[in-house]
Amino acid sequence: MKKEILPAIKLTAVLVVLLMVVYPMIVWGMAQFAPNNGKGKVIENNGKKYYSNVGQIFNDDKYFWSRPSAVDYNAAGSGGSNKGASNEEYLATVQARIDSFLVHNPEVKKSEIPVDIVTASGSGLDPHISVQAANVQVKRIAKIRGIEESQIKQLILDNTEKPVLGLFGPERINVLKINLALDNFNKL
Amino acid sequence: MNTEILGIIAMFGITFLLAIPLGKYIAKVYGGEKTFLDPIFIPLEKLFYKISGINPSKEMTWKQHLVALLSINLLWFLMSMAILMNMSWLPLNPDGNPSQSADLAFNTTISFLVNCNLQHYSGETGISYLGQMWLMFLQFVTAGIGMAAAAVVFKAFREKTTTQLGNFYNYFVKSCTRILLPISLIVAAVLVFEGTPMTFNGKDTITNLQGDTVQVSTGPVAAFVPIKHVGTNGGGFFGANGAHPLENPTYLTNMVEMIAQFIIPMAMVFAFGFFIRKRKFGWMIFGVMTIGFWLLAAPNIVMEMNGNPAIANMGIDISQGATEGKEVRIGAAASGFWSIVTTVISTGSINSMHDSSMPLSGMNELIAMMVNAFYGGVGAGILNIFIFIILAVFISGLMVGRTPEFMGKKIEAREMKIAMIIALAHPFLILGGTAIAAAFPSVGSVAISNPGHHGFSQMLYEYTSSAANNGSGFEGLGDNTLFWNISTGIVLLLGRFLPIIGPVAIAGLLAEKKFIPESAGTLKTDTSTFGIMIFAVIAIIAALSFFPALALGPIAEYFSLK
Amino acid sequence: MSNNKNTSLFQPELLNEAFKQSFVKLNPKIMFRNPVMFTVWIGTLVMLFVSLWTLFGATGQGSFAYNFIVFVILFLTLLFANFAEAIAEARGKAQADSLRKTREETPAKLENGKTISSAQLKKGDVFICVAGDVIPTDGEIIEGLATIDESAITGESAPVIREAGGDKSSVTGGTKVLSDKIKVVVTTQPGESFLDKMIALVEGASRQKTPNEIALTILLAGFTLVFIIVTVTLKPFADYANTPITIAAFISLFVCLIPTTIGGLLSAIGIAGMDRALRANVITKSGKAVETAGDIDVLLLDKTGTITIGNRKATNFYAANGVDQEQLVKAAVLSSLADETPEGKSIIELAGINPSTIKIENPRYIKFTAETRSSGIEYGSTRIRKGASDAIKNLVEKADNIFPSEIAERVKTISSNGGTPLVVSENEKVLGVVELQDIIKPGIQERFERLRKMGIKTVMVTGDNPLTAKFIAEKAGVDDFIAEAKPEDKMNYIRKEQSEGRLVAMMGDGTNDAPALAQADVGVAMNSGTQAAKEAGNMVDLDNDPTKLIEVVEIGKQLLMTRGTLTTFSIANDVAKYFAIIPALFIASIPALKGLNIMNLHSPESAILSAVIFNAIIIPLLIPLALKGVAYKPIGASALLRRNLFIYGLGGVIVPFVGIKLIDMAVSLFM
Repeated sequence: MKKEILPAIKLTAVLVVLLMVVYPMIVWGMAQFAPNNGKGKVIENNGKKYYSNVGQIFNDDKYFWSRPSAVDYNAAGSGGSNKGASNEEYLATVQARIDSFLVHNPEVKKSEIPVDIVTASGSGLDPHISVQAANVQVKRIAKIRGIEESQIKQLILDNTEKPVLGLFGPERINVLKINLALDNFNKL
Repeated sequence: MNTEILGIIAMFGITFLLAIPLGKYIAKVYGGEKTFLDPIFIPLEKLFYKISGINPSKEMTWKQHLVALLSINLLWFLMSMAILMNMSWLPLNPDGNPSQSADLAFNTTISFLVNCNLQHYSGETGISYLGQMWLMFLQFVTAGIGMAAAAVVFKAFREKTTTQLGNFYNYFVKSCTRILLPISLIVAAVLVFEGTPMTFNGKDTITNLQGDTVQVSTGPVAAFVPIKHVGTNGGGFFGANGAHPLENPTYLTNMVEMIAQFIIPMAMVFAFGFFIRKRKFGWMIFGVMTIGFWLLAAPNIVMEMNGNPAIANMGIDISQGATEGKEVRIGAAASGFWSIVTTVISTGSINSMHDSSMPLSGMNELIAMMVNAFYGGVGAGILNIFIFIILAVFISGLMVGRTPEFMGKKIEAREMKIAMIIALAHPFLILGGTAIAAAFPSVGSVAISNPGHHGFSQMLYEYTSSAANNGSGFEGLGDNTLFWNISTGIVLLLGRFLPIIGPVAIAGLLAEKKFIPESAGTLKTDTSTFGIMIFAVIAIIAALSFFPALALGPIAEYFSLK
Repeated sequence: MSNNKNTSLFQPELLNEAFKQSFVKLNPKIMFRNPVMFTVWIGTLVMLFVSLWTLFGATGQGSFAYNFIVFVILFLTLLFANFAEAIAEARGKAQADSLRKTREETPAKLENGKTISSAQLKKGDVFICVAGDVIPTDGEIIEGLATIDESAITGESAPVIREAGGDKSSVTGGTKVLSDKIKVVVTTQPGESFLDKMIALVEGASRQKTPNEIALTILLAGFTLVFIIVTVTLKPFADYANTPITIAAFISLFVCLIPTTIGGLLSAIGIAGMDRALRANVITKSGKAVETAGDIDVLLLDKTGTITIGNRKATNFYAANGVDQEQLVKAAVLSSLADETPEGKSIIELAGINPSTIKIENPRYIKFTAETRSSGIEYGSTRIRKGASDAIKNLVEKADNIFPSEIAERVKTISSNGGTPLVVSENEKVLGVVELQDIIKPGIQERFERLRKMGIKTVMVTGDNPLTAKFIAEKAGVDDFIAEAKPEDKMNYIRKEQSEGRLVAMMGDGTNDAPALAQADVGVAMNSGTQAAKEAGNMVDLDNDPTKLIEVVEIGKQLLMTRGTLTTFSIANDVAKYFAIIPALFIASIPALKGLNIMNLHSPESAILSAVIFNAIIIPLLIPLALKGVAYKPIGASALLRRNLFIYGLGGVIVPFVGIKLIDMAVSLFM
């Protein structure tokens, strides 16, 4: 073993240079050609900057709500609820969310509530909701903002992100983007 | 067809189509044949060897291989402890994160050293960028170690009778430079353009649309994430791992990361076939693994898409499936698919929270790790299935009326002893660890975050993940305690090095034996019949060892979930 | 080779002995040799204590009756396993005894005229046997020649000739001298004959595990360890889930899961392998030899006696130009009238003439001598000779007659077709040629085909010239041949094959063969052969039957297959046992798990009892299979694996589901 230690140290040293220094520098170099120089995609709106991929908390009735979050959308950390499917306490929480949703959206039938809007995401920073989760919020937002439901529905259509190449993956709505669009359409 | 299902078909199909040429390439790399990357890497490697004083053409016996392998791992262990316990004052710590405690550093070090990446810390708060970069280095080299060990086994079956099994450093360096590094660079290129950050700035502070101030963690993510997948390491840059929108911002990155982690394990199987010049054998192994994989993956996709019946009973629309712990941009189907890919190949990165999977999905994830040989981790997968092959050869050899032989080598008491120890080690570590945690609630089961059967599953999962060097978790477990850090650390160590030492030793011993030419009475190991036999051995060993534990955990949870 | 062969598996007298031994073998020192059954032994002991404990008022462990029944069943499991081994031993011993009995207490006449009992004979003693004597013990003839009836050993009634010097000098104890007088030197110490050694092997005193048996024991011990881990860890798991599990349930689960079926039958299978060899009248010197026989890749076979029936037969008459066919036939028949050799008889047979119809005045028969290499008949002025072509050529040319070219041509053709030409002359003029051909044994081609399917290469060894050898080799369907074989050729051939990694078996009798017999992986010496040959080989064939090798190979394969299939069966059984026991363990405290009770068993207790009962009775049920061995079919390795995997793997999964359910239905009647 002694005989092998010295070459191991030297080899580790050169590999550290290659893999810990050269490799990240190449990636960093590539990133300089990427949007926002690789500091994460951002949206500028009214002079303010938002990370388009990092979900934000939206629980105000005038906005499309984002999904529940185990970390309250605090992007300094991340994580899910880690509740098992059979956990009674967890199921009670979901029930409470459904009830609360129905209180805020009295026109919506219970059977229309999509499951994503009452369950927490894995990261706690999910920037998206499902299209149906947007649709069930239309009546509430239209009422508060005093705009036509059809106009909001159009916004939803405009903001629906399609599957990759139209083939792979689900459709979804970026909550931040649609709420920005909502604000730009009708500033409350 | 459903775009979520199409996405899965595409991910599997693309991986499969790329794995064959990659397998051929890997076989060439280990065989020292000419490849198109030679002009770049030959001078580079020459320089490396010159500096390190290594003669890459010096042949080693299997024992010398193991000594070299263990020595360099010991070195990395010491370096890693030093770095992780002193991060707070070392450079590249813009967020001012603290150093790790000795037991956490031990756990983290072991965990990354063994290519597992079980994380008892959260990336945003528990480690500096220097620490992350060091872990990234370990993600490269430990994957390289696994591949080098597999290459030794490859070599042992290529030659008729030999003690000379190639040079360890040669296999190891080539694995890093010619296989892991180029693929990682390709993946990184996609990630940076899809929005994965690559910056050395610390946390950013923004005011959100509702007016609250929040901090956003970023960092050199786009360098870290590719090798985490390519090397089937799986440790997340962020706590939420592949579910985090900065690690895995779009469905496209999800596809790319999926292919990145899946491709080398699959390609290694083909590489084995190409390298030993028995392609059909490679295909047979691939067939066994693929059937096993889909038997686990297909139910998970279905169960996750069908959603939680307890929530369905509340009367809402669960057509999106079991969305708890899942991201909308990825969807239930791709999450279910990923949950099995990541557990069969020991990546352990997650794009949904396994703790919140449906009970039997959780069971399949556990089984995937208990078997740990359907594709398996880079290099490690070949080593693991090799043990099952030896056992299958032994029993089926007898069944055709010959003393058992594999690739022209007789399997005798010594090989059986090693194979049995390795096969035993896995249930021993998993069940033993879980039993201790269950027996001492004050240090063990106190950590669980769910009551009842699911709580039991959380403990079982943690040790299964450790023994399988997987790294995923039922993350609700509050596992950053002295007991969990040390106990899983030990399980991790044994779960890594026993399955490396064992197969390399068996292969080395077999390589030394006299070669027996094939006759009509010889059991052909490249047939579908033998494939069934391997599958039966895997199923029986996994089922028999773990059935009681599974019955008390996920199965009981499944039957009680109405 | 068909005497003293008892086809019935269980003879009453053997059963008695086996029953007794089943209990004797409960001695922990003996049990310890078998790790699987040893753990059952411990479990049984624990259950005994638990039953007593419940009898004296322990609670929470179920009723005394229930615990006691579990104890009894486990105890039976042990007895069944011991019985399997004991019955195999008893059968083997009985077989060997019946061979040995024939030679016990025979008076032996020593050189000095004294008569002692055969038991007193020591190695090196010389005794004398005359017609009517039974040979007292194994030995080698040092003087004289005798015809001997070996039917007591071989079952072959035709007497054989044994004589001093040469390769037929061995005599076996228990055989009977029919004529003449021989002087024999004793070659073995009392109690050390091959048969004695074999009996010792069977009895277990000197029985050593074969390499494959060791490897399999490791596998089984490994499985046992897995289930120790499973059972031990289940305790904290169950406690965590607030599920009390009785000790009886733990032990039952453990005993059911470990591979007791194969563990209990393993040594019986090995003994039965040697026993089957013995039933084929082959004495094996070690269990390993039988096992190795199953692996044989190359079989060296002597042509004469194995591939061809020892003698050549006349197949054709070829008359010389200008000679009437009838004249040739008649001359050939006449010359063979006094010829007692099978060749001679076959000429008459081929001619289709009844010799008694031929009336010849004052015939003078000319005997065959090595010098003239011809034989014949003379009457009146007619001199008929028949013999090797060059001998007749000499004779003819001496009388200034010509040896016809077409006859010379014919002689060559016959040789190259594997035949032997005999030229017939009358009054030193060539009449024609009689063609003698080797007769390939009927059915031998099929046997070689079978061997080929088993993956075994056959090699014919013959003293014939390469031309003849090639012809016969092709006709018989052997894969290769060694022509004009000298003893060292065999040796070299074996070495060459072995250096390429193949295992070689051969049969031999002569002292010349000894080195090759020793070199071969399986060397079968003929019992009639020299002592050196018998010492060198690792098997001795009492029948001196060269085709025995083929049987030996199949016995070896059967042995390995029986081990493999019963291992598979044993392990596959666990699936059903799990589904019986696991729900039974947890159902009380986790009612949800009744979903796992797919067999719908009556109650937790009945489920556990059914599983252990099934586990116990499957052992005696499989004893016949263990003793007879799994049938070998040469259908290629993959097909064989498919077949056995289907029968014993799939069967092993299904059978216990049915069995446990049936037992449960019966058990539930009493509960």
